[in-house]
Amino acid sequence: MTDQNTQLQTEPSDDTQTGKFLTFLIGTDVYGIEIRYVTEIIGIQAITEVPELPEHIRGIINLRGKIIPVMDVRLRFKKPFREYNDRTCIVVVELSEVSIGLIVDSVSEVVQIAEEDIVPPPDIKSGNPQGFIKGVGKVGGEIKLLLDGDKLLQHEEAEHLSHL
Amino acid sequence: MAEFGTSDPLLEIYLHENSQLLEQLEQCILECEQANAFSSAAIDVIFRIMHTIKGSSTMMNFDDIAALSHVIEDLFAFIREHQPRLTDYSTLSDLVLQGGDFIKLELYKIRQGDAPDGDSSPLKISIHRYLEELKHRHAGQQDRTAPDEDASGDPLDESARSIAQGAHLQAILFFDDDYNMENVRAFQVVHSLKELTEDFNCWPEDIENNPDTAGMIKDQGFQLFFRNGESAETISAILSQAPCLKQLEIRELTLPEVEIASPPAVTSTTVAENSKDSNSVADASLATVQPAAAQPNVPSHPPQETPALAKPSASSTGAQQSSFISVNLAKLDELMDLVGELVIAESMVTQNPELAGLELEQFRKAARQLRKITGEIQDKVMSIRMVPLVNTFQKMHRIVRDMCKKQEKLVRLQLIGEDTEVDKNIIEQISDPIMHLVRNAIDHGIEAPGERSSAGKNETATLTLEAKNVGGEVLILVRDDGRGLNREKILQRARERNLLFRDEAEMSDRDIYNLIFLPGFSTKEVITEFSGRGVGMDVVLRNIESVGGSVSVDSAAGEGTTITIRIPLTLAIIDGMNVKVGPSRYTIPTTAIKESFRADRGSVVVDPDGNEMVMVRGQCYAVLRLYERFKVMTPITAMEEGILIMVEQDDQTFCIFADELLGQQQVVVKSLPSYIRKIRNIQGLAGCTMLGDGSISLILDVGGLALTS
Repeated sequence: MTDQNTQLQTEPSDDTQTGKFLTFLIGTDVYGIEIRYVTEIIGIQAITEVPELPEHIRGIINLRGKIIPVMDVRLRFKKPFREYNDRTCIVVVELSEVSIGLIVDSVSEVVQIAEEDIVPPPDIKSGNPQGFIKGVGKVGGEIKLLLDGDKLLQHEEAEHLSHL
Repeated sequence: MAEFGTSDPLLEIYLHENSQLLEQLEQCILECEQANAFSSAAIDVIFRIMHTIKGSSTMMNFDDIAALSHVIEDLFAFIREHQPRLTDYSTLSDLVLQGGDFIKLELYKIRQGDAPDGDSSPLKISIHRYLEELKHRHAGQQDRTAPDEDASGDPLDESARSIAQGAHLQAILFFDDDYNMENVRAFQVVHSLKELTEDFNCWPEDIENNPDTAGMIKDQGFQLFFRNGESAETISAILSQAPCLKQLEIRELTLPEVEIASPPAVTSTTVAENSKDSNSVADASLATVQPAAAQPNVPSHPPQETPALAKPSASSTGAQQSSFISVNLAKLDELMDLVGELVIAESMVTQNPELAGLELEQFRKAARQLRKITGEIQDKVMSIRMVPLVNTFQKMHRIVRDMCKKQEKLVRLQLIGEDTEVDKNIIEQISDPIMHLVRNAIDHGIEAPGERSSAGKNETATLTLEAKNVGGEVLILVRDDGRGLNREKILQRARERNLLFRDEAEMSDRDIYNLIFLPGFSTKEVITEFSGRGVGMDVVLRNIESVGGSVSVDSAAGEGTTITIRIPLTLAIIDGMNVKVGPSRYTIPTTAIKESFRADRGSVVVDPDGNEMVMVRGQCYAVLRLYERFKVMTPITAMEEGILIMVEQDDQTFCIFADELLGQQQVVVKSLPSYIRKIRNIQGLAGCTMLGDGSISLILDVGGLALTS
């Protein structure tokens, strides 16, 4: 309990999951997403392509009878496509009642980041053009980019409306 | 009782049960009307339905509904008891149907979250008047037929009249056992009565301050002695509205009794005797008001009542009902998903590639058994969702009846094949369209009796609703023998409304008839209450199309009109042909496929715009290359290497080019994830499904493909 005191003060209702982030790698960058969004982590599997979708929505997968869309986070960040290998993982998250799989280069660990170690992202114009990052966490000298899950999905619609 | 008003599950049950009861009521009335007699069984059923509705409505604090059902219940209590010779059935059924409609509307309001604010008093008054009239006539009949019969045969009637103003009355109230604090409830009654009556006394007396009185009331009832200042009806109405009332007796006290009763400290023994007394109908005139039983869930529970009404009527229907249970549809959907997974898991085990080449005789046996069972489970789960059309069809009786009365037409409704089963979701979607069609048929199609007889037809028109299974589809026919569609009138109207897009000379009768499905089309000059706003037919078409069905119309002038609705058996499962394009798999509904063939190089031509066409038996069909349409990489692009599948939907025929056919199979239709649907509405895809090996196949929407090709 002692190590969670800071979090418990801010959000007493959420107990053990507060302040914990699942971190994963895209290239050399470490990203983190709040653990309460994460449903499960699975290895890469056969993806069924669905036509007419933006490039980063790779298609749909069969998650034990449930069909969910998968998004390649690499492509979402407009980084070049990289072939999937046995380190590639699908992080299944549930964001605003939507189940979606996030394809990441590899999953590393779950870390606890105290709130005082999280700083707001750098200026929107320079480092965070798409607004996916809602904070930067520091853990033992390492920098973790904390993802704004809702933005990850939301931006999509706006982008698409402008396309149409 | 605020806790009942806010607790959703209770409200849910209340709404569900009462709507079912109302449906049953309506059906029962219509049957009676058809037979032109109210059988005693039917009267029992109606009585019981109203009784249950009243009970549960009181419990839920919907006072208007409770009051109305109470009045109807009274009416039927009288009919049941005395079986008066009814001369005018249609007034009676009208009254009850109106009552049912009122309650239905209120239930709808409640379901929508609105306050049930309808005013039933005009209806209550007319029912009351009818009851009085019945009593009057009945009394007259009795005088003539059995002059020496004792008045005790009619205690309810007698008492109602004999409680004159100013009489001394005793009322005994029993409250429901489930609710404590009887003294508090009794106080409410006292409060509401005190101002209206004179010489008011009650037992036990000190209900306000002494909580022990609760037990006394529970055991012996709450007794009121008063002199009547208002009419007897007002008193009994006020008393019967007391919350959670189980039983209410009102009796007139004879003078000696008044003397005994007037010192308010009545000993408990006399009270017990008094109540026993009042149970024997013999000498005391006894007014009985039906109890508001608080157990709406247990219709067969014999309510503890006074002898006059103590015959429990629910035994037969109660037994029928118990063989059904209602299940939340969402649970069924989940169950079906799970079974779908089970089937896939089963094939993943039994057809596991690691088993290849192994001699496993016992395993194969066990696997076969497993497959058989999973298959049966799947069939059963599917069949659970299937509901016969009988309810939908029978609702039409009411519509036909009401319309015939209003429009003075004679129509006989004939139902054929109403036990045909259709998926529950589909039934919900088609019941409105069918209703529309029935209304249209009576309003526009069927002539008035005079016109019919002068045309040499039977005055009574026949309207047929027929359902039948044809392959994977259900056909529903709405057929009338009315005047038929007027080709010229339709054309003229279409011209006026600018709805003609083709040369009139080229249009077949059928094409012209189908114009009536266009939005904004209505040929009836006079707009009636029932139809004729021109929103009907295109809404019908849209509703049917939304469940993957189609509508067509056929007619012969002077002989009638037939409207045919084609709907798939179920939305959840389709028979599909799986095809392969590169790494992707697609499923084409078999109902849309006409044939598949391999094209010769010479039979494919390209027009100057780059559209490919293939000649088949002298006919030209457009070719849609799936890999181009869906941007899939595939090595097979040459016409003679792949395969062409000719599909037809909505009179559009074209050919789909794919790599190869994989085989035919029943697939469970799943919609694409909502996230994807939100991003983009993909034309040409109807959904997706899981194949036996766990991979996903996309289901093609042939109509959508045709639009964009």
